[in-house]
Amino acid sequence: MIDLILNLAPAWALEHAAPLLIMVPLVLAPILAVVPSGRIAWIMSIAATVGSLLLAIVLLGLVQTTPGNVLSYAVGGWRPPLGIELRVDSLNAMILLMISAIAVLASIFSWPTVNAEIPVRKRPLFYSAFLICFAGLAGVAITGDAFNLFVFLEISSISTYVLVALGAGRDRRALPAAFNYLIMGTIGATFYVIGVGFLFAATGTLNMAEMATMLPELSGNRSIHAGFAFIIVGLGLKAAMWPLHQWLPNAYAYSPSFVTMFLSATATKVALYALIRFLFTVFRPDFAFEQASFMFLLAPLAMAAMVICSFQACFQTDVRRVLAYSSVAQVGYMLLGVSIGTTIGLSAGLLHMFNHAMIKGALFMAVAGVVLTYQGTHVRDFAGLGRSAPWTMTGFAIAALSLIGVPLTAGFQSKLQLGYALFDHGWWWAVAVVVFSSILAVIYMGRILEAIFFQPPLNPRKHRKEAPILLLVPLWVLALANIYFGIAAGFPIGLARDAAAAAFGVEAFR
Amino acid sequence: MLEFVLERANYWAIIGLMMIGLYITFAAENMIKRLVGISVFQTSVCLFYITLGKVAGATAPILFGPDIEGHHGGGHAPATGDDAHGAGEHASTGLDAALTAAGATEPAELVNTYSNVLPHVLILTAIVVGVATLSVGLALIVRIRESYGTIEADEVREIDMQTATAQELEADKNLSEAGA
Repeated sequence: MIDLILNLAPAWALEHAAPLLIMVPLVLAPILAVVPSGRIAWIMSIAATVGSLLLAIVLLGLVQTTPGNVLSYAVGGWRPPLGIELRVDSLNAMILLMISAIAVLASIFSWPTVNAEIPVRKRPLFYSAFLICFAGLAGVAITGDAFNLFVFLEISSISTYVLVALGAGRDRRALPAAFNYLIMGTIGATFYVIGVGFLFAATGTLNMAEMATMLPELSGNRSIHAGFAFIIVGLGLKAAMWPLHQWLPNAYAYSPSFVTMFLSATATKVALYALIRFLFTVFRPDFAFEQASFMFLLAPLAMAAMVICSFQACFQTDVRRVLAYSSVAQVGYMLLGVSIGTTIGLSAGLLHMFNHAMIKGALFMAVAGVVLTYQGTHVRDFAGLGRSAPWTMTGFAIAALSLIGVPLTAGFQSKLQLGYALFDHGWWWAVAVVVFSSILAVIYMGRILEAIFFQPPLNPRKHRKEAPILLLVPLWVLALANIYFGIAAGFPIGLARDAAAAAFGVEAFR
Repeated sequence: MLEFVLERANYWAIIGLMMIGLYITFAAENMIKRLVGISVFQTSVCLFYITLGKVAGATAPILFGPDIEGHHGGGHAPATGDDAHGAGEHASTGLDAALTAAGATEPAELVNTYSNVLPHVLILTAIVVGVATLSVGLALIVRIRESYGTIEADEVREIDMQTATAQELEADKNLSEAGA
């Protein structure tokens, strides 16, 4: 598949794949803003995301075939240490593939929900904001320049605030949620800029690869330590690291269904990628201060997230809030993998990131289907839906089982890898925490599944109301991907291992 | 000790402003005030970058005097990148080394000393980002005011709480009616 696309791609696409991936959505976005019809905007946004997906596959193929596994692109012909560099290695290629695949599925599925939730006048603008958000996320994943990363992070965040606020048509609580997200997000981004400023003061460069070569000599430097701390907090806020996640549940619960689905599968993942990039490529895991932060900061926070947020998820009555708290808990799994500080641990974290994007994508798509046909997200609105909307709810159930980590699903594979990595590092007690958190997942997902399949419907007159086909197809693509990658996990594990190796800068070890 | 404090006067001012901005953001219940706090916070970061770029005894990074002729006499291709960045080369030896390492032509010899241009450029971008955030924030406040009639965060929370309880009661009533 990858070879086929590589062979078919024209020469200009091969050469300029990296900037085109960002430019296609970024240039189309202002055009969409003046398009008169929402339907045309929808089709154009599918075209843009499909284009980006193809380019992401091309990039993955190129990265795997070039010697050294790194692609560097000098934007505008300005050479790397001074100019902005787009740098793609196995780690970025994986993230890019993930977010653009999700973006394609999300934009296909978006039409019915946008049709129902967004006023006609605002639909083209909505798609325009979506494309800007996507371009910003792709930009974060692709850039090799620390300050450029900030700019892309803010491009995606600002359009996200707008998208979240558009949920006000359904529930006005979206507005304060978006405002809180704006305040927290801006604080996070500003902390990140302060951190980059400290690093710039110490090294005199903004290029991440250049910074990485200079930092080992400076590892005792106070301003490096301060910069490290600021960057961890700033990116941690964006990635919803445990005590910094307060913006997330409300933003996910009240935004339009489509936005929730897209954000949960991409936004926090991309911020987490940026965190991984700084922890492993720019700073080295063998720095004493970084090891201390893994041991005494990231690992405890990750485990706290896994336990506390799973507990909170058990007590929510709104399905979207259950899933939002569960997202914070799942970020905990990824961070736990990262905080082990070994290649196996990092690859387990990345694998879980990949799988969680599929799981939460499918879950929120199914919830969007219920919002569309039954207008409710309360757990009791889900009662008896297993009989009236079997296809939607079976997709939901598959993804829910995968979230719990039942064997033969993708979620099981990533928890297995995480367990291997933890035992390998001697943290057997952390495995106990993982298992305990999975049991909590059984409780909070089981409660919803019980309502769906075993409770009588709330209103028996409403039945056979399946979600529209445009929504079912992407939902089932993701649900089947959950099963497929749970049985034949070779592809994502390979990707995650290459990515972890690239983050460490060592030879691929598979 | 006094010297240590005084020669870092800029940084003390920046730290003070940063703390003030963050405190306003957390403590204020009025949403406009929270945005003001965020703006103060962001602006203090701009000051931080500008302070980083300042070179003692250097002037603003605009070529003047003999540098202009010398620069154009050099005749290098604009695409190599040293055209624009050459001005900053006195400011940072790191950039200098980087330029040579990248295989660019020798940086232009400059007579005058200039401050580092790079932080200025970065902050220009950061200001634009700040303005965008501020405008989105203000637009959100307008919408909040339209639908809640207040811009105090605690009152908004209160109203939300009341709506949630009312919805819960209504749902329970419907449920018991359906059961009956």
